[in-house]
Amino acid sequence: MSTTVAKGDTQDTPAARPVAPRRPKTGRGRDSIWKALPWIAPCLVLVVGIVLFPAGYMIYNAFRSISSYGTDTGSAGLTNFTLVFADPALPRVLANTVVWVAAVVIITVVLSLALAQFLNKPFPGRTLVRMAVIVPWAASVVMTTTVFVYGLDPFYGIINKFMVDLHLIDAPFGFTKSMPSAFIVAILTAVFVSMPFTSYTILAGLQGVPGEVLEAAKMDGASPARTYFSVILPQLRDSLAVAVLINIINVFNNLAILKIITGSLPGYDADTLITRMFKWIQVDQRVDVASAMSVVNFAIVLVIVAAYIKIVKPMKEVD
Amino acid sequence: MAHSTLSPVAETTPAGPAVVSTARRKTRYGSDQASGPRVALRMAAGLIIALIFISPYVIMAIGSLKSRPEILGVPPKYLPATPRFDNYATMWSTPETPLPQNLISTIIIASCATILVLLVATPAAYYTARFKFPGKMVFMFLVIVTQMLQPAVLTAGLFREMLALNIIDTWLAMILVNAAFNLSFAVWIMHSFFAGVPKEVDEAAQIDGAGRFSVLFKINLPLVWPGIVTAIIFTFVSCWNEFAASLVILQTAGNQPLSVALTKFVGQYDSAWQYVFGVSIVAVVPVVILFMLIEKRLIGGLTAGSVK
Repeated sequence: MSTTVAKGDTQDTPAARPVAPRRPKTGRGRDSIWKALPWIAPCLVLVVGIVLFPAGYMIYNAFRSISSYGTDTGSAGLTNFTLVFADPALPRVLANTVVWVAAVVIITVVLSLALAQFLNKPFPGRTLVRMAVIVPWAASVVMTTTVFVYGLDPFYGIINKFMVDLHLIDAPFGFTKSMPSAFIVAILTAVFVSMPFTSYTILAGLQGVPGEVLEAAKMDGASPARTYFSVILPQLRDSLAVAVLINIINVFNNLAILKIITGSLPGYDADTLITRMFKWIQVDQRVDVASAMSVVNFAIVLVIVAAYIKIVKPMKEVD
Repeated sequence: MAHSTLSPVAETTPAGPAVVSTARRKTRYGSDQASGPRVALRMAAGLIIALIFISPYVIMAIGSLKSRPEILGVPPKYLPATPRFDNYATMWSTPETPLPQNLISTIIIASCATILVLLVATPAAYYTARFKFPGKMVFMFLVIVTQMLQPAVLTAGLFREMLALNIIDTWLAMILVNAAFNLSFAVWIMHSFFAGVPKEVDEAAQIDGAGRFSVLFKINLPLVWPGIVTAIIFTFVSCWNEFAASLVILQTAGNQPLSVALTKFVGQYDSAWQYVFGVSIVAVVPVVILFMLIEKRLIGGLTAGSVK
């Protein structure tokens, strides 16, 4: 990385004859932003146009009044924000969001720690097990969730029948038909689809634990539990930070699972900040109020991103 | 450490070290005191875990072969009396949504977005891995922040923007959205691969008179192809499954991808589940196979170097 293009250019100066016509194109001397621009501009245009601009436009719209036909009818001051905060469902929605994110992330990480530990052990067929574990990661969350909704139907649901046959429950139950069981089903579905990524991230951390350290712990007579908590877990700090923060963002942003499982339930008892925002767009037809709520959601996401950048320090990789 | 699993150098190392590592693994079976019963126990546990993770897709596959009375039967039966393979032919015409068009939408949006990502991300990843320039840190910071953002939180803004650009409810809108939100991961992962190619390789080629672009295409791309394949597959799968923005931006049934179209069956009295599952299998199997091809690189791959 320490070598710059300047050095490269001076190096080929002696043999410059065939290169000569190209020299003005590749530029000479110090690197400038102008030389970098042709390479990074398409990327910048897309990020600025489709990520930064809509973010700014959304903030602007949050202060506008927009009809259900999409016409901007003038400034709204803080009315949209007032409507968001005056929503009687808001306390419930906030509580749901906290429970949703905390429960999914904690259960996912704890189960994934165990799963990664297991997938790191050698045994015949391990590759096949790992392949099976990534299936929910690749498959559409919508389609996976749909199977759970069908399977948990009280009448024809195959998962209900399976649980009755295993004597886990006495009779089929309409898990997705009422609260709070529907919300719990949604949480478990989110855990299921989050575990592959989380396990693989932790697995990466586990493979970075030096074998000598484990040997040393064994020689010192440390019990497996002691070894795990005092030797392995501290080494997993970085990959756990990545897993936790990325999961928080993903789970916070998740729309599909809650929309499919609890979307048909009346009211806002199962809504999070994201699903409530989509209802402002699709049910209430208020893009302006949805924008105001999105600004709040966006601020929350930015706090998590800031935490990621501060804790994980991804910029250290760039040089 | 993710670097070590991602580094193209490790990928291109000849068979030598691989042989060593299998030999080492064999001795680890021994030193781990993995006696017969313990190995058998692990295999049994592995089997149960594998079954748990594929169970929804097994239900999906079996359900797709049931007849309408069977899939809505009370009480349900686990297996169909005779597998109805003809479901895969008849499932495309349902009153809920034009499924053939939905499949075409999914394919076009995901493919075009992936191509766009590749065209835009490759030069950026190459240049940032090779050169310093003023504003590089700002650029990479922007890439990382974008990587953490998802369409869901910006949907209201995207919806209004596409309306203003008069491309609301078009494939183009979703191609742009999918490309923009997957771009940063592609830049990030390819950046780490390009950084793994020694600079001297570039310089030698330049001395031979090669231009910047031919250095990238003829010298670097063959060396970093594992990174490019990973980026392509990851982007494609992510675009293939996108839901939140498509739900709001694509309003005409025929323009919607399968992820949005299939939700229309849920919540109905007598959903044609066998068709939902048949279409789901068609949508899930290809991306699962693609993901399995990059399984090794998924270890730490998503974070591409941010895991130390």
